[in-house]
Amino acid sequence: MSEIFAAKELTKTFGHGKHVVEAVKQVSFSLQEREVVTIVGESGSGKSTLARMVLGLLPITSGQMTFQGQDVTHLKDRAAYWRDVQAVFQDPFSSFNQFFTVRRLLHRSLRLLHADVGRERLEESLQYVGLTGPDVLDRYPHQLSGGQRQRIMIARALMLRPKLLVADEATSMLDASLRVNILNVLTDLRDELGMTVLFITHDIGQACYVADRVLVMENGLMVEQGSTDDVIFNPQHEYTQRLLSDVPKLHQAS
Amino acid sequence: MKSMNFTTRFWISFSLVLATVLIGFVGPLIIKTSPDAVVGGLYDPPSGFGPLLLGTDNEGQSVLANLVYGTRTSLIVGLLAGTIASVIGLAIGIVAGYKGGVVDEILMGATNIALAIPGIVIIILLSIALDSRAIVPLGAVIGVTAWPWMARAVRAQATSVRTREHLDVARLSGARFWSILAWDLLPYLLSYVVMAFVLQVSGAILAEAALSLLGLGPSNAVSLGTMLYWAIAWGSVRTGAWWAFLPPTIMLTVLAFSLLLLQSSMDEVFNPRLRRGKAVKRRKPPSPRTPEEIEEVSPTAIGGSTLVQPPIGVSRGADS
Ligand SMILES: Nc1ncnc2c1ncn2[C@@H]1O[C@H](COP(=O)(O)OP(=O)(O)OP(=O)(O)O)[C@@H](O)[C@H]1O
Ligand SMILES: [Mg+2]
Repeated sequence: MSEIFAAKELTKTFGHGKHVVEAVKQVSFSLQEREVVTIVGESGSGKSTLARMVLGLLPITSGQMTFQGQDVTHLKDRAAYWRDVQAVFQDPFSSFNQFFTVRRLLHRSLRLLHADVGRERLEESLQYVGLTGPDVLDRYPHQLSGGQRQRIMIARALMLRPKLLVADEATSMLDASLRVNILNVLTDLRDELGMTVLFITHDIGQACYVADRVLVMENGLMVEQGSTDDVIFNPQHEYTQRLLSDVPKLHQAS
Repeated sequence: MKSMNFTTRFWISFSLVLATVLIGFVGPLIIKTSPDAVVGGLYDPPSGFGPLLLGTDNEGQSVLANLVYGTRTSLIVGLLAGTIASVIGLAIGIVAGYKGGVVDEILMGATNIALAIPGIVIIILLSIALDSRAIVPLGAVIGVTAWPWMARAVRAQATSVRTREHLDVARLSGARFWSILAWDLLPYLLSYVVMAFVLQVSGAILAEAALSLLGLGPSNAVSLGTMLYWAIAWGSVRTGAWWAFLPPTIMLTVLAFSLLLLQSSMDEVFNPRLRRGKAVKRRKPPSPRTPEEIEEVSPTAIGGSTLVQPPIGVSRGADS
């Protein structure tokens, strides 16, 4: 396995003067190819901020990021980067432009690709998430269920065959059965397409269900990282122990 | 019951606005009398159904002809100024709201400065400096003093839409800045912008009337404000020539009132709760966390229109 992404001492501060918030403090980690890594932490611990920096959606205060050996900390044109690094977000309603049909949404992303591969990819990606084109393409977001919306968002990211997929709380607004379904889709895709997945959640149970490796964040700091087994059975940090003791035993039940 | 209410309100205000538009734009075609033609003596009382329906003014001209032409002037000035203010305000507000950070601070700083300068002073100075006081420059001057309110209101709306994840999705799809503004932000603001535009029009009509009352009205056309100016100057109130001052006053009131009413009834039409009521029926399988709940959490501009008070009265700043 080789390293696909590395972050070195990433820091993000919001505001200035009296109202400075240090959302992410000197976080370093790396992702290997074909790995599923989760970031866990309570609400407000800086997970989404970190994800948005990794995606290049948020300017970085200090630190460095490399993707496939290249420095991607301050890219001027990110179109090429976004061909390789894609995301699925938390809220399956606000991820959609409510004035666009599914077709229009997907076609917009297809512009990052060459025209000839587009149509094929579209159908194929919808199949991966268990949907068929004619059923959903001409619908507006409010005509779809929450689960369908989230699967369409995953399909959108998959169309581009990203090397790295960032899923920020992608399952937190879904009910339990759909959640497991989506988690399985994500891990299957890793196996079939060789993606690397960075899965972000506040639920350590879900984190352990999917991940090869777990990174734990508290208050903007990365307090622990290690293989899933190490983190569950031998948590080093007091915060991780607390997170673990709080979960209903989802990972054991399933 | 509630939907009854909003439709009646909407239709009443819509009919009123339509009526004023018809009076202003079709009226001059029907009433062939020129507003500058002398058809009688000083303050002839109303008689018959011709040009003397509303009597004559201080120069012996038909009040009716003046009224329809004056309404037209008011509407032209209002629409022109409203459009100019809305376009400038929308452009500045949407860029500031979407960009945030330094760009936002600079643009809003400029807006606040523009807001602090009393509009009426600028209008008076500009209309004196401009020399020509034709209705088009007059509308333009009113428009460029009214945009700051629009900019602030649009920015507040845009900031609330900005937190929606679909903007991130658009960026991840490689969409460019202008494409995102036009397709991902503007549609969410549109209903709000339309409502604010209606307010701008009504504010501009009143601003024009205020200017004309000060004797700074358009020189190349009759306006409702100049009618009032002459009516007061020639003592129609004192002599009891009500037909000289009452019609323009009523017309102005109806214009401003119907636009305000239209705006407030639009607010109800755009209210997401009403739309949601319809959308729910179409939705099939309910998941534990229903889509409705999520919809409520996500701020749409349309829902947000009730969060930020539209600048009622504020856009009329120029008339005070
Ligand atoms: N644009 C912003 N301006 C100011 N502060 C911000 C901004 N975005 C995030 N923060 C702050 O940064 C901190 C981390 O936020 P972040 O959204 O990354 O948390 P999170 O771990 O994703 O939480 P959650 O699980 O609730 O999504 C919070 O304290 C938040 O208030
Ligand atoms: Mg988050």
